[in-house]
Order: sequence, then structure tokens, then C-alpha cells
Amino acid sequence: MLKLEQRPEPSRLWTYLTPPLAVAVTMIAGGALFALLGKNPVEAIATIFWEPLFGEFAFYYGPQLLVKGAPLILIAIGLSLGFRAGIWNIGAEGQYIVGAITGAGAGLAFYPADLWVVFPVMVVAGAAGGWAWAMIPALLKLRFGTNEILVSLMLVYVAEQLLAAMSLGLLKNPDGFGFPGSRNLQQYAPAHNAELVAGTGMHWGVVAALIAVIFAYVLLNRHVLGYHIRLTGQAPRAARFAGVRPKRLVLFCLGMSGALAGLAGMFEVSGPAGQISIDFNVGYGFTAIIVAFLGRLHPVGILLAGLLMALTYIGGEIAQSNLGLPAAAIQVFQGMLLFFLLAVDLFTNFRIRVIRPETA
Amino acid sequence: MDLASISPVLLLASLMVAATPILLAALGELVVERSGVLNLGVEGMMITGAICGFAAAVETGSPFAGFVAAALGGAVLSLLFAGLTQVALANQVASGLALTLFGLGLSALMGQGYVGVKPPPTPRLDIPVLGDIPILGPILFGHDVMVYVGLGLCAAIWAMLKYTRAGLVLRAVGENHDAAHALGYKVVRVRVMAILFGGACAGLGGAYISLIRVPQWTEGMTAGAGWIALALVVFASWKAGRVLLGAWLFGGVTVLQLNLQAAGVAIPVEYLSMSPYLITILVLVIMSADRSRAPGSLGRIFHATG
Amino acid sequence: MGAELLNISGLSKAYPGVIANDTVSFSIREGEVHALLGENGAGKSTLVKMIYGLVKPDSGTMALRGQPFAPSEPRAARASGVAMVFQHFSLFDALSVAENVALGMETPPRMRDLAHRIREVSESYGLPLDPYRIVGDLSAGERQRVEIIRCLLQDPRLLIMDEPTSVLTPQEVEILFATLRKLTSEGVAILYISHKLDEIRTLCDHATILRLGRNVGTCVPSETTAREMAEMMVGSAFEQPESAGRDPGQVTLDVTGLSLASPGAFGTSLRNIHFTVRKGEILGIGGVAGNGQDELLAALSGEIRSQADAITLDGRPIGRHGPAERRAMGLLTAPEERLGHAAAPDMTLTENALMTAAQREGLVRHGFLRWAAAEGFARRIIEAFDVRTPGPDNAARSLSGGNLQKFVIGREVLQRPDVLVVNQPTWGVDAAAAAAIRQALLDLAANGTAVLCISQDLDELMEISDRFGALNEGRLSEIRPARGLTVEEIGLMMGGAHGMEVAHV
Repeated sequence: MLKLEQRPEPSRLWTYLTPPLAVAVTMIAGGALFALLGKNPVEAIATIFWEPLFGEFAFYYGPQLLVKGAPLILIAIGLSLGFRAGIWNIGAEGQYIVGAITGAGAGLAFYPADLWVVFPVMVVAGAAGGWAWAMIPALLKLRFGTNEILVSLMLVYVAEQLLAAMSLGLLKNPDGFGFPGSRNLQQYAPAHNAELVAGTGMHWGVVAALIAVIFAYVLLNRHVLGYHIRLTGQAPRAARFAGVRPKRLVLFCLGMSGALAGLAGMFEVSGPAGQISIDFNVGYGFTAIIVAFLGRLHPVGILLAGLLMALTYIGGEIAQSNLGLPAAAIQVFQGMLLFFLLAVDLFTNFRIRVIRPETA
Repeated sequence: MDLASISPVLLLASLMVAATPILLAALGELVVERSGVLNLGVEGMMITGAICGFAAAVETGSPFAGFVAAALGGAVLSLLFAGLTQVALANQVASGLALTLFGLGLSALMGQGYVGVKPPPTPRLDIPVLGDIPILGPILFGHDVMVYVGLGLCAAIWAMLKYTRAGLVLRAVGENHDAAHALGYKVVRVRVMAILFGGACAGLGGAYISLIRVPQWTEGMTAGAGWIALALVVFASWKAGRVLLGAWLFGGVTVLQLNLQAAGVAIPVEYLSMSPYLITILVLVIMSADRSRAPGSLGRIFHATG
Repeated sequence: MGAELLNISGLSKAYPGVIANDTVSFSIREGEVHALLGENGAGKSTLVKMIYGLVKPDSGTMALRGQPFAPSEPRAARASGVAMVFQHFSLFDALSVAENVALGMETPPRMRDLAHRIREVSESYGLPLDPYRIVGDLSAGERQRVEIIRCLLQDPRLLIMDEPTSVLTPQEVEILFATLRKLTSEGVAILYISHKLDEIRTLCDHATILRLGRNVGTCVPSETTAREMAEMMVGSAFEQPESAGRDPGQVTLDVTGLSLASPGAFGTSLRNIHFTVRKGEILGIGGVAGNGQDELLAALSGEIRSQADAITLDGRPIGRHGPAERRAMGLLTAPEERLGHAAAPDMTLTENALMTAAQREGLVRHGFLRWAAAEGFARRIIEAFDVRTPGPDNAARSLSGGNLQKFVIGREVLQRPDVLVVNQPTWGVDAAAAAAIRQALLDLAANGTAVLCISQDLDELMEISDRFGALNEGRLSEIRPARGLTVEEIGLMMGGAHGMEVAHV
């Protein structure tokens, strides 16, 4: 018989070991899934994890890793602050969309003026848009005690409708022959979030993601605010006793994650995506939840997890075109990863003991 | 714009239909939360139920088989959640989110061959006499079986919680799991059973969307219905009767905005489509002032020591 | 006294790192009150959990009326006539009295019949109860009645009571004892767990004494002095706290007309509380659990705000200040609940030291943490208060209750407070650690700190307080000098019998 036994304190070894273990278990289970779909499991896994990095076209896929990883990391860093404090913003997808709309909108308002301030204004507008969208669940929580999980999630659907309305209405390209979607910002130089060094995938969003990682690391490990965030998540009553103001923390965590998600949306719309369109959002806001947990809510962990998740996106696309692996299979694969992570996390706080049946 | 084209009788009749999927899912979640567990995976279980039911109905030609498969599919998915939260003692919020993300992917994968297929029609229950009553007849007595299953389930859960021993034990486990354990009740077993029931109900709700309400299969077709069901449980203060009222309210809003869209009101379609979500937020704001009725152990991890 | 009812022989139970019970043996006769005496952590709870089927013994046997007895779950124990009144964790606040009783029965009758039976039985034992009231609204004494009635409805042969008097006033204890005597006259055996020697001497026929999981002796309490029993229980003599004779100075903490609505659904509201604490004195506040102790501490710590001038510190109104501001001004507090309130279980001791000492000990500069300084402070606490732990990097939850309590109290004491408020400073702590904590409070007062000690342990309060008051349903009694107060007077200050009737034996 097996029995769970609580460890006197969380195991540090397992804290580091669980994410790689979860990835390994997911590869096995994912391989089984791909085999069920009639694909060669080893080939499929290799295509996803090996091909983008070391394959024939690695020079093309490498930069893509940064392009796809940056928004994931940026959003996940913001989410991790709240998750650590027990504040559950799961509407990052909505904040991402709104940040893209306000960012692109601010840029297009200057069109076709050629001013250097355009891009900085867009950055501020994108962050402000995401921040404001996240303030809705924050303020409702503080004022009325509403559950931030449900409100932030509902606002994703509202944001999606808003995105459609904007692509068809206010931001529609006047020279677009009636097609939905805004002007392409890639063709409006002052608003274009271009590659900083050609061929590297390095754009301002990648820079922002790296700054966010460093900022979060310092905040959580060196600053009293980060200490208060951790304390609130682990023991809310102790935090109040210590003098933490929970309301300020809700405002900070939701505001910060909203602003970072908004920034991610803004960098995406002004760079890789180029325009506001009905299908602009591809679920980064939700995948970032997986990234945050896979990175154990730790800034450096999130950096690695974000790159890994970007790898599955790119590898998934290659597997889709080379092996005919359905796109949904990759989505299942990512979902499984979170499942297994939560399951193996058991070992961090518990050990499993084998108990022999009683011999009387 | 032609508001006169909206018939109140048809509106009320379709309200009953629009309310059924969220009613089923919310009743399941009500039982889960009453046992002290917060399962945020309703959306994932609904969409899985939707495709399981759709596929089974198409393959067998029987909508009944579809609903059975949907309930099974939802329950099997919820078993993953039960394993994570009750055995591996994982955080319930994270596990519920994982369930939803996984369910959305899984359903998309399973549904690949079913896009554009028509499911077998579910027969309406033509109740003689009662169905012929003017106005009331079409509103109340001209629906498919599942509408009445939903209503019956609501009454059954209400009675179970109020009058039966099983209901008392369920409430006791949700109220204070340590005390229930000390008295010798199997906390984990009760909760796993509640979670499975919740999964089956969510599956049924999802299949109702894909087999009757729409009826066809598209990816992500539940479009937040699972989240609305979660909000409904809060709205209802964890009471079965009020879940029904809430479901009718949301059904009414959905039907009304669809009718307004069809009538060509001068508001862009996108803004009308936002309304169910905005109403949900509004209702949450109004109802959240009183949280005292929430089960005492809701969302807390139970680990028996010793 | 009748035939042998329960025989326990060689019961052992080990948990990782600790042997809870080591070959314990004793027996109970019908109609006997048998005391199980021991310090916190002596293994009393594990032993009764084995009898009640909640824990399986590693080895050893039990026999009930000569038949082998090995209950696999509480249900089986109840079916054999064993019932248990818990100290904690066994009532459901949101359910009614009748529903709570039904949950403790195997085959409860219909609700209406059950309500009728509850009225009948509760009145015949002098413990009247309304079956339709919601348990969360009942007083601690009434809640205990619910548990007792729940047991009595099953006609138990053995009734286990775990520290039953810790939630009662002295007058209520009298009523309980009368009920228990009536039960034993009907042949019911009672296994009575306590560490209060006086009670055991008045009530119990035999006593079994446990120390560190072992049976270290048996005695007839009425023929044994409290001192002899205490020595068996503790094993060695330890230093009794010593008061250095104090000379109270001027008033520093002044609470005037403090009223607060209860924050939770089943909490207690504070009603018009008045008291002052002078420099260099200890004010003791007693009362039965749940009469406003937690709320009073929260109002003083700043977790709950009140009217500005309801609380003044050296004449400055602080009712609207938060916990951090009050700490900066010299008012420090230590709440009752160690894990999750006074300390964060999963954080290290260094991080926990930071929790309340960030400002006063200069552990934060310009918002940035000084980890080295924080660790140094944690080390100082560990050293000064003899906290048993491998080091400040260990998580708070890895410490035993007594060691963590020393850390929590030490953290506040070492910050040289002007006013220190503690709630249940020695709850669940072994005798030696309790003595050390009391000594620290006395030393603090001797150096001029005003100390407010809220406690449910009357012996403790009588030992260290200069003046004494009691909380009762959110009201504070008149404050009186502690010296010379009788148990009777203290009981009345705590609310007497709360209108409960004595059993009609």
C-alpha cells in the first residue's frame, strides 16, 4: 500500500526536478497520443523538439523562438506575480487584445505623420490599455468582492467582440477595399516594431520580456513588495498581521499583469502580426498560464518555460506541415504538460511511503 | 429594424432551450462546490461532452446514445481533475484551468472529422392535450426531453440536499472536512463522486449545445458557457432553485440579443454579442456582497493526517 | 464499580521521526472515570484516536468486555458503544443542532423524531438544547453540549472526553461534572483526558500518566497530591517563573469604549471595552474561547481598525493606524494561531523574522531587504529563546509547536516593545517551554514594558498577572487586582454558568 506523508518542509531538489520530469512524462504520453493518431511517435517528438533548433532550417526557426517566446514570457511574468499572491488573473488574453487595440489605435491616430514619438506613445498606450482592462476585475473585487477569475475571464469574450468590432469599424483600413482589418503597421515605419538586428527575431518585445524577467527577479528576491506578495500567497492572515494592505496588492498585481499583457499585445500587433484583425489573438494569454506554472512562478523558470513553449508552437507547425499532425494535437500536448506538472508537483511537498500490509 | 417580428411566445419557448445547457452544467457544479471543491474546468468538460455526444450520436444515429456518451466523456475528464486535486493534492484553481485548456485541445482534436456534419435530430416531446394549450403549450410543453431532464434534475438535487442523508453528508463534507473526517466520513470518496457527477452534468450540457441548440460541431463552440455556469452557482448562493432562475435569466438575455440581432437593431452585432458576458459580470457584482453562504471548506485542500 | 470494560495492552504507534505511543497498557471498568494525564505531545490524542478507530495501532491489542476490539473506523467503534467528545474539529457551523447530531449517528431517525429525542435527553441530563438552532451561533459551552448529546443518543458504554473543560467557566465545569457523575451511576465508563490536576483529583477514580508516549505510572488521584502527579507527568523539575516584584508606572495603553462589529459570520462583536495598561505591569485577560479574544487582539494589532480615539498609546490616538505603524510606535502583538497567522508555515525562519521586525530592527533599507541582517536577527531569536532547529533556513512548519511559539514570542520580545499584547502565549506548549515564555513576559514587565496577556489558562494568568479581567460575549468585566481572587469570583467574571442548569441527578 502507498501512503502520502507530508514533508516537514518543501523539498528543494524536487522544486527543480518537477518541471523537467513533467516535460519528460508529457513527451511519453504525447508520443502515445501521436501514435494513436497514426504517426511515428519518435519522429513526431523529434520534429517538435529537435527540428526547430538543430534541423536543416534552424536558421529560420531560431529567431521564431524569440518572436513566439517574448509575448508568452512577458504575459507569464505578470501573471506569476498575481498567482504568487493568490490573485488569479486568467483574462490575460483579453488584456493582450485590448493592449493591441489601444497600441495600434494610438499609432494609427498619427498616420501618416513621420514622428519619432509615435512608437513610444504606442508603448504607453498598449500598457495603459491592458492595465485599464485588468483594473475592471481589480476594482470590482475591491468594491464588491466579485471573483476576479470569473470577471477577468468574461472580459476575454468581451475583448474578442471588441476586437471584431474594431477590425470592422473604427480601425478598419480605409484603403483596404472593404476587407476587415486595420492598416498594416509594418508599412508605417514610425509605428513598426521592426527587428532590431535583421534575421535574429530580436524586436522591442523581446527586450521588454528580458527586462521584465530581471525586474521580477529583483522584486521577488530583494524588495519588500515582492516579500509581501509571497507572504500574502502563502499565508494571507499572516500578511495582514504583518501590515500588508491586501487591496493595494490586488491593484498592483492585476495592474502589473494587465500592463505586461497589454504591452505584449502592442508589440505583437506592431511587429509580427502587423495589423488588428478578427483573428489577431491566438491564445498566448492562456498558454502563458501554462508557462507561468511550468516556470514554477519563478522569473528565470518562466524564461526557460516560455522558450520551451515557443518551441512546441514552432515544432508543432513543422510537424503539421511535414507529418500532417493536426494543430489541435499540439494544443492537447500543451494541456497535458500542465496536467503532469501539477501531478508530479506532489513530490515537492509529500513523499510516498510504501506500507507493508500489517502482519499481526 | 423590426421589433414587431419578435414573438414573445417564441422568445419564452426558446429561452427554455437556451437556458438548458448552462442549467445542466451549473447544477453539476453546484453539487461539486457543495462538497467543498471548486472545479474551474466546467468549460473544458462541457466542450468535451459536446464532441463526445456529437460523435456518438452521428456514429450510432441515436441522440440518446450521444447524451450517454457525453455524460461519460465529461465524467472521464473530471476524473483527471479528481485525481489531481483529491489524490495528488494539487491546487484546485490551477487544476481546473488545466482541465479547461486540455479539454479545449482534446475536443478540437476529436472533432476534426465532424466539422460540417449534421447530427441526428432529437425528437420533441409532443405532450397531447397540454401541448395544445394556447401560449403556455408552446412555452412549457413542446420541448425535447433534455429540457425536462434539466428541470427534473434541478428538483432532484434540491430535494437531495434538503431531505436526504446523502445530501446531509455532502453538505457536511463541504462545510468542514476535518470534522467530517473525524466522524468517520470518507471525505475523498464523497468528493470524487461529486466531481464525477459534476463532470457528467457538464458533459450533458455541452452535448445539448452541439446536438440540439446549434446543432452542429465547431471548435470552441461552448464559447464561455461553462464559465457562465460557474458564475451562476455564485449567483444562486449555492441553492438549486436559484440556479434555475439564474439559468432562465441568462437564457433570456441570450435569446433576446439574438432576436435583436435578427431584427436588425442599429447596434453592431459585436456589441450585442457581448451582452451575456457583461450581464454575467453585472450579476456577479450584485450577488457577491453576501459570500457567507459559500461552503466552509470550498477550495481548501484536504489531507488526513494520522 | 463494575466489571472490566476496556483492556488495552501493549499499544504502539510510530510516526516518522516520533514514537507517539510505546507499549501502553491500562484498563477501564464500567462506571469508572479514568483519567489520561500527560503534557502536550505525550501521546494522549493518538491513544484515544486508536480506541476510536481513527488511527490504526502498529502493534498491541485491545479488548472490549473480553472480546478482541480493533475498530477499523469510527463507525465500528460507535457500533461497539464507544463515543467521543472532541476538543476541536467536529461540529459544522452552518448546520443545525439536529443535523449535527444526525451526522454522528449510524441510523438517525426522521428529523422531527430526532429533534424530539434531543430535547428529551438533553433535559434529562440537565443540558437543555434547542435542536433547530444553527451551531455557529452557539456559545462554546453549548457547542460542547451538542457533542455530548450526540454521544448520549447512542447509549455509549465508554465515553471519551478530550480536554472538555478548556472551553468552560468554573461554574459550567460543575454542571458538566454533575452530568458525568449521573452517567457513571448508570454504568457508563468515562475516559477523561486532561492536564489539569485539580479537576482530575475531584472527578476521576483512576489515572494513567503518559510521558513521551509511554505509560509512566498509574495512581488513585484522590490519594495523590497534585505535586506528585505533576512530577510523574513532566519527569523532571524545571524552573518556575519568578516575578521580580514590580512597580507599575504611568498608563501607556488606554482602551476606551472600544466597540467593533464581528468581522465574520460566526465571530464575536466587541462591546464597549475599557481598560488601561501601565508600564511595568501585566494585565491578564481571561475568558472562555470564542468570547472576543481573537477580535480584541486584532483590534489592538491593527488588523481591524476602530475609532481613532478608542485606542490610545501614550496619549496618541491609534485606532485608525495599521499594524506597521503601530509597531513603529512600540505596540507589538503575538496572536494565538501560530501557523498561518503569527508565522507563515512554508517560509523560512529568516523570512518569518522579517515579518514583524522589518522596521524596528532595520531589516529593510529604501524598500530593499537586507537578508544578512534578517538572518542575524533570526539567529538571535533562536539563541536567546533556545529554539530547537537546525538553523534559520528551516521552514516554520518544520518546528514543533512549542519551539515555534518560542520563536514567535521571542521575535516580539527582542524588539524591545513598549507595549506587548499576547494571546494564548503557551497554548499547546510543553511545560518547560511554557515556563520559559512566562519568564520572558515577566522579565519584559520588570524592564518597564506594559504587557497584556490574553489567555484561557486561568492558572497561567493567576501566576503572572498583576490585575485581571475576563471577556464574556465580547464584553470585558471590571478589572481587579489578581492577588486574592477566588475561583468563584473569577468564574463569575467569566460569565458564571451562562444560565445553564445543573443536572438533576
